[in-house]
Amino acid sequence: MPDPIIIIGAGQAGVSLAARLRALGYDGPLLMLGEEPVPPYQRPPLSKKYMSGELDLPRLLIRPESWYGEQDIELRLSAPVAALSPRERRVILGDGSELRYAKLALTTGARPRRLPASVGGDLAGVFTIRNLADVDSLTPAVVPGKALLVVGGGYIGLEAAAVAAAKGLRVILVEMAPRILQRVACQLTADYFRELHGRHGVVIRESAGLRELLGAGGRLTGALMADGSLIEADLAVIGIGITPNDDLAQGAGLAVENGILVDGSCRSSVEEIFAAGDCANFPWHGQRTRLESVQNAIEQAEHAAAAMLGASGDYDPVPWFWSDQYDVKLQIAGLSRGYDDAVLRSGKREGSQSVWYFAGDRLIAVDSKNDALAYAFGKKIIEAGRSIPKAVAADPAADLKSWAMGTGR
Amino acid sequence: MPKVTWVLGNGKEITAEVPVGHNMMEAAVAHNVPDVIGECGGCLSCATCHVFVDPAWFAKTGGPSEMESDMLEITMVDRQATSRLSCQIISAAELDGLILKVPRL
Repeated sequence: MPDPIIIIGAGQAGVSLAARLRALGYDGPLLMLGEEPVPPYQRPPLSKKYMSGELDLPRLLIRPESWYGEQDIELRLSAPVAALSPRERRVILGDGSELRYAKLALTTGARPRRLPASVGGDLAGVFTIRNLADVDSLTPAVVPGKALLVVGGGYIGLEAAAVAAAKGLRVILVEMAPRILQRVACQLTADYFRELHGRHGVVIRESAGLRELLGAGGRLTGALMADGSLIEADLAVIGIGITPNDDLAQGAGLAVENGILVDGSCRSSVEEIFAAGDCANFPWHGQRTRLESVQNAIEQAEHAAAAMLGASGDYDPVPWFWSDQYDVKLQIAGLSRGYDDAVLRSGKREGSQSVWYFAGDRLIAVDSKNDALAYAFGKKIIEAGRSIPKAVAADPAADLKSWAMGTGR
Repeated sequence: MPKVTWVLGNGKEITAEVPVGHNMMEAAVAHNVPDVIGECGGCLSCATCHVFVDPAWFAKTGGPSEMESDMLEITMVDRQATSRLSCQIISAAELDGLILKVPRL
């Protein structure tokens, strides 16, 4: 009996990798190890349809529970891994048992950054939003009329603010940087979302550093800001980013830096060990890159699966991403890293618009708010390796379709 | 419970019961219908759950919403007259017997 392929991490990347191995004809033993007690599930709906009760856990699962047995995949849950021994090709589990592998895939994801205990990070009433367990403990606290402090103006923070405001909580969001979405979007887009949240009664404070969370009897009562002001809060959601789970790899001597370092084939510094998803740092357009998205978890994992079975070729994605806040759908194609110009295009309807990001003359990304057509065509143009004149991007009357099809002039 | 049949590119058929209120993408994934993916979990952000509704059923399912129609511009297989993103087709009693054709990728 040959040694199995072992996948450590039973999330989006893990299940996508497993599915692709089977789809590509790998019929040897396949074992997935997850530290959570549930099979791989979708994270995006956690703070939205799951929290509201519209989707229950079975519908949140990425594949039904029966799928694993049907595909001859052994799925072990509540099975944390303590260490790796690459020299012996062994995985050492938390219970001390050891498993040999032929090849190993690390799809360990990331964990939310927390505020340290020294600044009140462990007070009752302080939540992060990453896992099912996080949302299960947060949900009872989300009660109309309560005061919610959101720390962090990225997607997690903004989505949490939107959900809470819609439920009738009083929401204040604080962001340390000069503007929300600083890392990921331009001023125009930040302005759009600041106004949107403002219309729903969410107070957003930018260039607002948090000094510490305050509590009484171990429970959150509010926050002291760097400027000396006080904010009252019954609960807080901390959305200040995620840290890749590369500690197993690091402990085993693999090269890590902002994630597990892999090459274009998703191979780590150890021949038989691959990594994909939120935990993996890969070379892309001349820069070390770690993408945090469902798209990357799926597509990089699928690329890794093919590479594990001998395929060659570099992972070269067109990243895409979405975020739902109130009735606005933000859709992003490409990566705006390195842009030097952002061109606004008005959409057909009130409140719909898109921003086209350029590096020199080259279109590198599009973000759209309730303008799926702009997103769709922008994505097609970027995928084809084409660009579009800035004047065309800016002109709502210009026919994007012809540019997407390659016949634009 | 409404029964739905997916007809694959190779002619093979998969039939399954789909609880009222569930969408046709999650049903396809649950029953291993190949090539109907749903990367975005059913929120009109990926266009990977594309199906052609059997013409006889199109009046019952109806056509796409505006946003769905926008997203149909980037399906991997070109859209046709009865194209829908299956995450937007919700199972209901009147769709019992629905036939969906899966585009060959």
